[in-house]
Amino acid sequence: MGMTMTQKILAAHAGKDEVHAGELIQAKLDMVLANDITAPVAIGEFPRFGRKDVFDRKKIALVPDHFAPNKDIKAAAQCACMRQFAREHGVENYFEVGHDCGIEHALLPEKGLVSAGDCVIGADSHTCTYGALGAFSTGVGSTDAAAGMATGEAWFKVPPAIKVVLKGAPRKWVGGKDVILHLIGLIGVDGARYQSLEFAGDGVDALSMDDRFTIANMAIEAGAKNGIFPVDATARRYLGEHGAREPVAYAADEDAVYERTVEIDLSSLKPVVAFPHLPSNVRTVDAAGDVPIDQVVIGSCTNGRISDLRIAAEAMAGRHVAPAVRCIVIPATQRVWLQAMEEGLLKTFAEAGCVVSTPTCGPCLGGHMGILAKGERCVATTNRNFVGRMGHVESEVYLASPAVAAASAVAGRIAGPATSQSNRQTF
Amino acid sequence: MKVQGKVFKYGDNVDTDVIIPARYLNTSDARELAAHCMEDIDAKFASSVRPGDILVAGKNFGCGSSREHAPLAIKACGVACIIAASFARIFYRNALNIGLPILECPAASETVAAGHALSVDFDTGAIADLTNGMIFSAEPFPPFMQKLVAAGGLASYIRSQLQNPAIAPA
Ligand code: SF4
Repeated sequence: MGMTMTQKILAAHAGKDEVHAGELIQAKLDMVLANDITAPVAIGEFPRFGRKDVFDRKKIALVPDHFAPNKDIKAAAQCACMRQFAREHGVENYFEVGHDCGIEHALLPEKGLVSAGDCVIGADSHTCTYGALGAFSTGVGSTDAAAGMATGEAWFKVPPAIKVVLKGAPRKWVGGKDVILHLIGLIGVDGARYQSLEFAGDGVDALSMDDRFTIANMAIEAGAKNGIFPVDATARRYLGEHGAREPVAYAADEDAVYERTVEIDLSSLKPVVAFPHLPSNVRTVDAAGDVPIDQVVIGSCTNGRISDLRIAAEAMAGRHVAPAVRCIVIPATQRVWLQAMEEGLLKTFAEAGCVVSTPTCGPCLGGHMGILAKGERCVATTNRNFVGRMGHVESEVYLASPAVAAASAVAGRIAGPATSQSNRQTF
Repeated sequence: MKVQGKVFKYGDNVDTDVIIPARYLNTSDARELAAHCMEDIDAKFASSVRPGDILVAGKNFGCGSSREHAPLAIKACGVACIIAASFARIFYRNALNIGLPILECPAASETVAAGHALSVDFDTGAIADLTNGMIFSAEPFPPFMQKLVAAGGLASYIRSQLQNPAIAPA
């Protein structure tokens, strides 16, 4: 029986010729990731596995990003715990604040730490981001991460798959975020639970690497175990440019079995926004109605990469953030920050009335750097709009692309980029 | 093994952000986390839950972030078991990995009401509503997962595997 791309990668890492959906396997890992929230729990568990050393100092990544730079004394203690573990065990991929740092899921691909064909776990649900590079990568908890650091292995139930066939090319101002929100709106927040989302079709060619990262990043928001893209010229170029190991490209068999197939015509998509409090509450921006806002956040592991900032700057250039809105721009990594500076994007943002932060998760998870008060509304390029996600339980988060977020900042209400100059109309 | 307790009932898509809000994640201390468990959907939960009580919820319980602090906080509250129509996958494996019993049972999830007394038998998957006498049966775990739960979680399982590699899942 044919295998999907995910199944082939899992089979290879379990040392098997073939695996089937539902089978339990033990797989070898190419990378184990944790952050300043999940690593301390994993480090606490680590001694219980009865190993003195980590399985491979090169294959562990520890990233202080959620509450870093340290937001308070307790967060400082968590970061210190991780830093000390990294030193003690000689973990090579520890990224200190200011030293080529950033949000984990933007940072690992940028540093070339994940390659096509890899099997990766991370104690963070958005670890599924690296599926954009043709890797199997999935989020796990801290105990799994501790086991991974100790043994270099993890147990998996082999997932069945949904095939997502992308067709055509998206129009201007429509990006990866619109594609994935549209898909989640179609299948729901548990539409792909326990399954892999396997992207295919000629529409993949039309998507930039950053678009694919955004899409794979939010596979978890449909409940998926992972999302994965074919390894094409775009992926190979990215891997080469970022110094990743030689890619191993797996492709689904012709007769691979899918539980269902979903088709999306990219050319028909419009910019969308996900209303509170689920990523599946998707409406097109032109049907959003009149929603005044208090804050805009442009950043996160979903949309804090350089092309996201370019698009936001383009939508904002020569305009000014509405007087009642606080617009917070957070480049996802130090390298993105530097590049944005060199390209003049930071100047565009600052002149438009935005504040630009150092790389951090910050407000995305209600940590720091832009927490919402009771009753406040925020348009964010992040990935979750759950109750209380960005602050007070009675605050609201609306998820959108960088283009829509920037246009909304200017308009002071949810708005599409094409017409934000004339404020109220949408596309 | 059998447990018995009072039911706390919730709906679909209970996410890890409401189970334990990120604003409390600057600690990993399970007791500190337990004090804020479920706070954003049920402010009274942490003060009213008693050891042995049972959570019953709808579909996709534990969706969202991978924070193990969520099952840890629930466990530290003394919750004996979670029954849901379905679980989000990371929460599912986290609960197994830390030895927190969870059962998938759509019928019980739909029928059992808050405040009822429930008895759950993990060996057979039988769920009895002691308040109205109804009986439900949950899907049993596959053998590997039963071993995980019996060992008390992944760490103890892997240690026992070091001594006896024959029980690996493959
Ligand atoms: S940016 Fe947000 S979603 Fe991404 S890793 Fe950080 S907290 Fe998680």
